[in-house]
Parts: sequence; C-alpha cells; structure tokens
Amino acid sequence: MLKRVHFPPSILPYLLVAPQVAITLIFFIWPAAEALYQSFLIEDAFGLSTEFVWFENFDALFKDPQYTGAFLRTAFFSGAVAFLSLSLAIVLAGFADRVVRGATVYRTLLIWPYAIAPVLAGALWAFMFNPTLGIISYALEFINVDWNYKVNGRQAMALVIMAAAWKQVAYNFLFYLAAMQSIPKSVIEAAAIDGAGPIRRFWTIIFPLVSPTTFFLLVINAVYAFFDTFGIIDAVTQGGPANATTILVYKVYNDGFVGLDLGGSAAQSVILMALVIAMTVVQFRFIEKKVEY
Amino acid sequence: MVEHRPILTVLTHLVMLTGILLIAFPIWITFVAASHDAIRMTQVPLPLWPGDQFWHNMKITLLGSGLRGTETTPVWWMMFNSLVMALSIAFGKIAISIISAFAIVYFRFPFRMGFFWLIFITLMLPVEVRILPTFEVVANLGLLNSYAGLSLPLIASATATFMFRQVFLTIPDEMLESARIDGAGPMRFFWDILLPLSRTNIAALFVILFIYGWNQYLWPLLITTDADMTTVVVSLKQMLTAAEATPEWNIIMMTALLAMLPPILVVVFMQKLFVKGLTETDK
Amino acid sequence: MASLTLKDLYKSYGNTEVLHGISGEIQDGEFVVIVGPSGCGKSTLLRMIAGLEIISAGEVYIGDRKVNDLEPADRDIAMVFQNYALYPHMSVRQNMAYGLKIRGISKKEINRRVEEAADILEIREYLDRKPRQLSGGQRQRVAMGRAIVREPEVFLFDEPLSNLDAKLRVQMRLEIRKLQQRLGVTAVYVTHDQVEAMTLGDRLMVLNAGYVEQFGTPLELYERPASLFVAGFIGSPAMNFLEAKGQPDGMLQLENGVVISGAKSEGPVTLGMRPEHLIEDTEGPIRIEVSVLEQLGANTLIHGTLEGTEREMVASLPGIHQLEPGRVLGFLIRPDELHQFDSKTGKRL
Ligand SMILES: Nc1ncnc2c1ncn2[C@@H]1O[C@H](COP(=O)(O)OP(=O)(O)OP(=O)(O)O)[C@@H](O)[C@H]1O
Ligand SMILES: [Mg+2]
Repeated sequence: MLKRVHFPPSILPYLLVAPQVAITLIFFIWPAAEALYQSFLIEDAFGLSTEFVWFENFDALFKDPQYTGAFLRTAFFSGAVAFLSLSLAIVLAGFADRVVRGATVYRTLLIWPYAIAPVLAGALWAFMFNPTLGIISYALEFINVDWNYKVNGRQAMALVIMAAAWKQVAYNFLFYLAAMQSIPKSVIEAAAIDGAGPIRRFWTIIFPLVSPTTFFLLVINAVYAFFDTFGIIDAVTQGGPANATTILVYKVYNDGFVGLDLGGSAAQSVILMALVIAMTVVQFRFIEKKVEY
Repeated sequence: MVEHRPILTVLTHLVMLTGILLIAFPIWITFVAASHDAIRMTQVPLPLWPGDQFWHNMKITLLGSGLRGTETTPVWWMMFNSLVMALSIAFGKIAISIISAFAIVYFRFPFRMGFFWLIFITLMLPVEVRILPTFEVVANLGLLNSYAGLSLPLIASATATFMFRQVFLTIPDEMLESARIDGAGPMRFFWDILLPLSRTNIAALFVILFIYGWNQYLWPLLITTDADMTTVVVSLKQMLTAAEATPEWNIIMMTALLAMLPPILVVVFMQKLFVKGLTETDK
Repeated sequence: MASLTLKDLYKSYGNTEVLHGISGEIQDGEFVVIVGPSGCGKSTLLRMIAGLEIISAGEVYIGDRKVNDLEPADRDIAMVFQNYALYPHMSVRQNMAYGLKIRGISKKEINRRVEEAADILEIREYLDRKPRQLSGGQRQRVAMGRAIVREPEVFLFDEPLSNLDAKLRVQMRLEIRKLQQRLGVTAVYVTHDQVEAMTLGDRLMVLNAGYVEQFGTPLELYERPASLFVAGFIGSPAMNFLEAKGQPDGMLQLENGVVISGAKSEGPVTLGMRPEHLIEDTEGPIRIEVSVLEQLGANTLIHGTLEGTEREMVASLPGIHQLEPGRVLGFLIRPDELHQFDSKTGKRL
C-alpha cells in the first residue's frame, strides 16, 4: 500500500489531511465520545443534575421489553427486506443476463428507484396503500382484505418491508447483473453441453458462482435496512401503530429527540455503533477476500 | 445465450417487463396523481390514467406556497436548498478526500497511519447512529439553519478517501518518478497528473454523492427549524403529515415527483458513471 | 555533458543492505551498461544516480557537482523507464514538453526542441496522439524523445527494451546506440540481457548481489573475466567450468586424471574454457563423449561429458558436423584461452 518513492518531507501532507481530520474530529470523534460519555450518565427529570452510573443505562435497556422488542423487530425487518429484495433482484438479473439486445434498456428502467430518497419511497407506498384512498387498498377490498395499516401492526410492518425492499432491488440487481456478466460464457456453454437446462444451470452454476456477491449484498442490505430506512418508517408509520414498526434507529431518534432521554438514547447510539462496526468488519473481510478472488 | 428457443426468449422478456412494471408502478401512480386536480384525487377509486392538470399542478407547486393551511416556502426554493446541500456535500467530500488520499499515498510522514485509521473509523458510522450528539455539536457551533450545518457533518466520511487511495495505488510509481525528474513538485504533480488521471473516478463519485446528498432526510430535518432552509425531501414529509387535514394529493405527489426528478435524471443520464461509482466505492 | 563518478555507494532498506560499496568512473560521453542477474541491485543503483532513491552512504558526482542532496529534476539527468511512464492523458507533444514547461523554458524554444527530437526519432506524425494510440515501439521512442528534449548531462535507461518483442528489441538497440553517439551524451543503461550489454556498452559494470564483479570493456570481460561469475555470465553458449588440481610440476590434473599444461598455482583451481575455444584434435587431451548435437548452421554445438566423468561440456565447432552419440572427440585449448580461477574465492588467477 506504499509507493516506492515519496515526495520529500515537508509540512504539506499535514495541510492536506487537515480538513478531513478536522471534520472527522469535530463531527465524528467528538460526538461519538460524547455519546459514550453520556451513556454512562443519568440526568434527573429537570436536567439539573447528572449522575455517573456506569452501565446502568445499558442494563436498563436490555431489561426494557420495548428495547429488546425493537431489537428483534429490527432483525426481522432486515431479514425480510434483504430476502425480498435479493430474491427479486437475482431473478431479474438472471433473466436480464439472458437478454442479448436491450439489456441496457432494461437496466435503465430498473435502476431508478435507487435514486429515490427513502422518505419519498415511503410516501409513494403510503399513498398507494392509503386506507381510504389508496389504489391498492381499493383493489384489496375486492379480495376481501381489510386493509388498514394505520391500526394493523402486521400490515404496517409488511408495508414498510415492501417499500424498503422496492428501493433496494435496483442496487442488488446491478451487482448481481455485473457478477453474472463476469461469469465466462464458456462455463455456461460447457454446462449446456453437459445437458443442463436453463433452470438447472441457474441453480447449479450461476447461483453458486455469484455467492460471493450474495454474501456481500447480504451485509450491505442489512446495513441499509438497519440505518437507511429511517425515512421510510418516518414517512409511513412513525414507528406505529403501537410501536409495531419501531426499529432501532427510529427508537434512538424517538427516545432522544422526542422522549429527551439523553442517557438512554446515548446508550442506544453506542450499541448501534458497535453493531455497525461489527458489520463493517465483516464487510471488509469480505472485500479483502474478493480482491484475492 | 445458449438456447435459441423462441419460447424462452419470450418468457425472458415477459419476466423483465413484469419486473419493470412492478418497479415502475409506484412512480407511475405518482405521476398520475400529480396530473389531476385536487377534487379528483379525493374520489375512490383513484385514477390510473394521467389527467390534464400536470403543468398547472407543476406551476402551483413550484411557485405556490404549499398546501392550504400550512403555508410554506415555495418548492422551487426548497429544491434550491436541496441543490446547495447536495452540491456542497458532493464537492466537499471529493475535495477533502482527494487531498487527504494524496497525502496518505504520496508522502511519508509521522503519524501517517494514525491519520489513516482516524479517517478509516469514520467509514463505519452513518450519521443516523450518532445523531443526537452530532446535533449538539452542531448546535454548539451555532450552525443550525445554515448550509454549513447541513453539509459539513455529512462530509465526514471515509468512503471517498478510500476510493481515491485505491485509484492512486493503481497509478504506476513511475508516473511520480518521471514527474519528479521533469521537475514537478507535489502540487504540480497533483494538478497536472493525478487529477486528470482520476477524472472519471471523480465524476463517478460525484454522481453517487450527489444522490446521497440530495436524499438526506433525518439530518436536515433536525437541524433546519427555519422554513427557508428546509429541503424538498424534508418538506414532503411535512406535507404528508398535513395531508391528514388537507388531502391535496395532487400537490403532494407533484412535490414528490419534483423531489425525485434530479437524482433520477442523474442516474439515467450518467448511468455508466453511476454504475462505476456504485460498484467501485462499495458504498 | 559530463562525467559521472560513483564513490563507495551503499544502499540499505531497513536492516538489509542491497548495495555494498559501488565505485566507478564514467567518462564524458561514455555508454556504460550495468548488467547482472535479477535482484542484484541494478535498478537501485540507477535510481540512486537519478535521485529517486536515497543514498545510504557514499557519493555521486555529475561532472564535479556532488548531487547527493539534489532533487532528481536538478541533477540534469533524463531517465527512460521500462514501462515508459508516459503521462496517459497528455499527447506525445505534451509529454515531451512537460518537463521543459515546468522549467519555464519559452514556448518557442520548447517547440523547437520537441520538433527536433521528433525528427530525430521519426515520430513527427504522432505528436498529437495520446500514448495509448501508439504501438510499443512508438511509445519507446516517445519516452526517449522526452529524455532528449531535456538535453541532459546524463541519460539513464532502466531496461527500456524489455517490453518489446525480440525483433524490435534488436532494432531499437541499434537506434539507441546511434542516438547516443550522435548526441555524444553520457549514458548509463541497465539490463539483465548480456547480449544487449555486450553490443551496447563502451564498458560494462557487472553487478552481482550488490557488489561490482568487474568493470571493463566487453572485450576485457570476454577475454579476461575477473571472476567465475563474470566468466559464466558473459558469452553464449556459457563457458565450461571444470575442477582441476595444480601439480608441483606445473601441470593441471583434470577430474578424469588427464593432465594438461599451464598450472598457475598448486592446489585446487576451477578451469574455464569457452566452447568456441576448444579446438578439435584427435590427439587433444580434453576428451569429450558426445551426447547431443545442436546444428546452428554456421557452427555446431557439441554437448557431451568429459570422458570418464559426469561433467557436462559444450564445444562449438565451425561448420556442419555429423557425429553419432557415444563418439569420443579430443580437444585442445590454447594456454591464453584457458581461464583459471581460485576455487574458493572465484577470483581470476
Ligand atoms: N523498496 C524496497 N524495500 C526493500 N527491498 C528492496 C526494495 N527495492 C528493492 N529491494 C531489494 O533490493 C534488491 C535489488 O533490487 P533491484 O530492483 O535494484 O534489482 P534489479 O537488479 O533491478 O533486478 P531486476 O533485473 O529484476 O529489475 C532486491 O533484492 C530487492 O528485493
Ligand atoms: Mg530492475
């Protein structure tokens, strides 16, 4: 990772890293340290005095069924989003890979949801599924589904999962398509000569060969579902009804900015940071491997 | 592909078309909703086909003051705010990370690896997880309701530094050696050789970062209390809340359409760069 | 133009020393080739001269200027790299002009020099192309053009031809030599190819594992190799080596007991005989049992073993010979063409 030759020593490199380092220190290290510090404090109801309480905040969190509930919910939500968007993406990519002409046109038409802000995606889906007006809700009446995600927690969860997965399909599709297109044509042809039909080929050749991509995307999708879906939740359900869609990031925000429980929110931040770090490490392990591959 | 059975080709295109319909349906509905008048948008079932009010709706949305009862800044102004934020984030990130990557790759200096790790750590943490303390820091610095407050904290990310480091490492050592023999100093080398050689990477990164910046939601939501500083993405959520009382869905969906238009245009028209940026930064 | 003086140069990377005291005087206008096996430190030495590598100890003089602490750009040198290192985003013209522009030379003068160099190298028609639109040989010329326009005191080349195919390599080799003579500039050229070294260099510096084995003209190296290493490195096919023992009576006893005359010392020695110096003679004491023949047309290479031993030997005879395997041939060698080396130190006796 080093160049053989360097410029002679001077103050210049320090000047060059200074802006990045300054911004990192001010907007990252300082807040993170603050969060860590606050997670060990409890503030009284009037914000007049604080007390250092070690791990009491963390302890309280894990004893709080609301929090553990949010934890499980987040896991379910992430899993569902990843599964839904990955399976849709791999099917579409599998077919797109077969298209000889017009593949770029298909790609163009499939990738734009990536460009849409999560909160807009949420708005679109909330509108389609609006209990009184929504076009889909209207259609659902004909098959006797009583749709009202504003009171039905399961329906609310299903809706945010669909919206979140819809937005992520584009990203996954791009990576899958790239992975499939990099499989040498001769491998596929060899399988065809061996007598494997298209479906069999997909399961026995293509799917295993893109499994590094699948793994990579799993991590990326988990990170996405954990953190980038805040906008969707906020637009569609605000965590409701009755916390049925309150995932961890939403809870940090809610407890901190709405509930003003600084210590608790800070402790949640610290836990989330640990989670992201763990995921990033996994992801980097993978990227390193991919480079060797 | 391998087989030339027409039935398979037909099936392939059928699946692709279904996929596209599925992906595009919400956007179609948005477009349709944005092209009818407010009355029509309260009658069940809602239309599936566009009406004739599109340009009218666009005009009142862009120039008017939002929904009845919740007068806000006109949408064009909020789009301008979004643009400023997106551009500052994109340019800011690219600028600070390209020079720090340059320092880390092409100089050997004390604490070089220390800086590298410091920057590396930021790669890990999205703003969402450290939202409250970051908010406090920005508030302490008096940056609430300012473009600086909107963009600076989001510039602190290591992704771009990493990508540029990667790019620089693939540039042969001899490029630097021969530049040194030609008498180019560090900054000259940077301007004359490195920047031109990283041009496409910069453009690709720009596309990704522009979208990232434009689509920011939670951060601008928190630090802009002044209606004049609101971004269009944030305003949509506010309209959504107001829709309970004033269901002017044509305006709301027109706003949504306008809010998603710039990043979609960027993705569609700079598709090559976008794909390159996406796959090379690995997010 | 200037002479180049290396005084006791050392180079270490961390704790490993890779150059152990290199000295040498290179005359004004001389073409010196640094040659040696891969990893022996050739590039490192050249890069120390260029100023791309810090000098751990010792001194480099260009003319009578000590340049140890000068930036590469201030040493008045030009360098041609193995991969050419052309700036891919600049046209050929811009590539050649870049160094001059930085030095603040006037536009008119830059144009004059670029065009002159382009004429010499016959790349005028490519001046506005980008490097990627050129063939390997053309890129090579541009790289040289970039060096020429700077009108340096010293030209440095680091294996500039190794990315070209064999035929082009031979052609460019001649061109480089002609160019250097025409410009009369001092040149230091690194290669691991001994044929290239022998044909190009006024003098060769043979490096081995960070030491100078010998520094002399191609003929000196061929006729009086200073060590076993040089003897084995220079010449093709390679010299035959055999162990022998110097007798008190001035005779040399070969491995199979045969004695020949010409011992320079008593005790074990290593003998070196070039295949082309073995003269066929039915009475000859050096007897080789033939195993394989290589017909090269102008001459025939005879591979075999020293009779009664496993020692592989090669002899080169002019003309075409037909011999069946198993035949034993006798050979003579002139005493002044019999090289003798100390078996322990490898030094010439
Ligand atoms: N940056 C470095 N750090 C440590 N050791 C190095 C470095 N550069 C070169 N070396 C070592 O120094 C020795 C000489 O290297 P050098 O590149 O000069 O060899 P060379 O003679 O040019 O070989 P080649 O013909 O393969 O180019 C080698 O053993 C190499 O491993
Ligand atoms: Mg070398």
